[in-house]
Amino acid sequence: MLLISCPNCGSRDETEFHYGGQAHVPYPENPNELTDRQWAEFLFYRDNTKGAFAERWLHSTGCRQWFNMLRDTVTYDIQAVYPMGTPRPDAPAPAPESGTASTAADSTTTGTAAPDISGTSTSETSTTAPEGATK
Amino acid sequence: MAETAAPATSYEKNLSLRVTPAAQLRAAFETGSVQGVVELSEVSFLTMVGLRVNRTSDTGQRVTAVTGGLPAACGAVSGTGDTSVLWLGPEEFLVVAPTEAHESLGGDLIQALREALGDGEGQVVDLSANRTTFELTGPRSRAVLEKGCALDLHPRVLKAGTALSTEIGNIPVVLWKTGEETFRIFPRASFADFLGRWLLDAMREYASPEVP
Repeated sequence: MLLISCPNCGSRDETEFHYGGQAHVPYPENPNELTDRQWAEFLFYRDNTKGAFAERWLHSTGCRQWFNMLRDTVTYDIQAVYPMGTPRPDAPAPAPESGTASTAADSTTTGTAAPDISGTSTSETSTTAPEGATK
Repeated sequence: MAETAAPATSYEKNLSLRVTPAAQLRAAFETGSVQGVVELSEVSFLTMVGLRVNRTSDTGQRVTAVTGGLPAACGAVSGTGDTSVLWLGPEEFLVVAPTEAHESLGGDLIQALREALGDGEGQVVDLSANRTTFELTGPRSRAVLEKGCALDLHPRVLKAGTALSTEIGNIPVVLWKTGEETFRIFPRASFADFLGRWLLDAMREYASPEVP
């Protein structure tokens, strides 16, 4: 059981809190201009850090306020608790998310078209194959 | 045809129909209470108002004038007379007042709060039916609560006159220490039956003599 220090309420049990996932994931400035791949990266792709990890928490049974927490994913050591909207306290480069997301999406833009083709081709082959099998 | 005659006022009819969320446990509370050790009862139909306002704003100042203060920090309780204001969040408070303060009984508390809020930023919501009130009192009341509450309830940490949102028996409640050996517990109505039975179970060991 973690003992989490809420900025408003002080130390409380982990069961009073809800986890809010990775912190510092900015909403895209122009969501309509994103490719499906980039949008998927924003929605679903998160870091799986071994070590210090910035995450959001909600003190749901207490003051019902969100806050950020820097937690070591190996030792569960809580290194810092800081308000929403403030940069990560230990980070030298605080906002690498948008840059990495765009470069990663560039390298995989061809990949988004590929699954469509492969998906249709596999469905065609899969429909033809059983016919041959039954005959 | 006699019963079709309307009662004198609508609220008299409402009063006769109202049932508290833990009314079915009233007899169990009486038999389960251990006189002078730990006693449990349900306090019926307190008036509760959810208040959301920035206490330093002009609107907050107007609301403060009605309630007699808004608490500044976690655990604090303010208010004058019978009306108490419990801190729930930085801009969220729970006003607890006697039954008679409700507007259905001719009270003017909620209306006064609404008028104080005016068109300012904030919220005044009648939450009287949201939660019920348990009163746990006696020298063993802290021992009962400690079976299911992770807060430090020792009197050197939790002073009388402190109210905290927490969990008791995994039920989210507001726990208000009103006296040295008296706690008021505010569970939501749907949890009242479970928490009432949970507390009765936690109290049961104090009915029999202590095993040396």
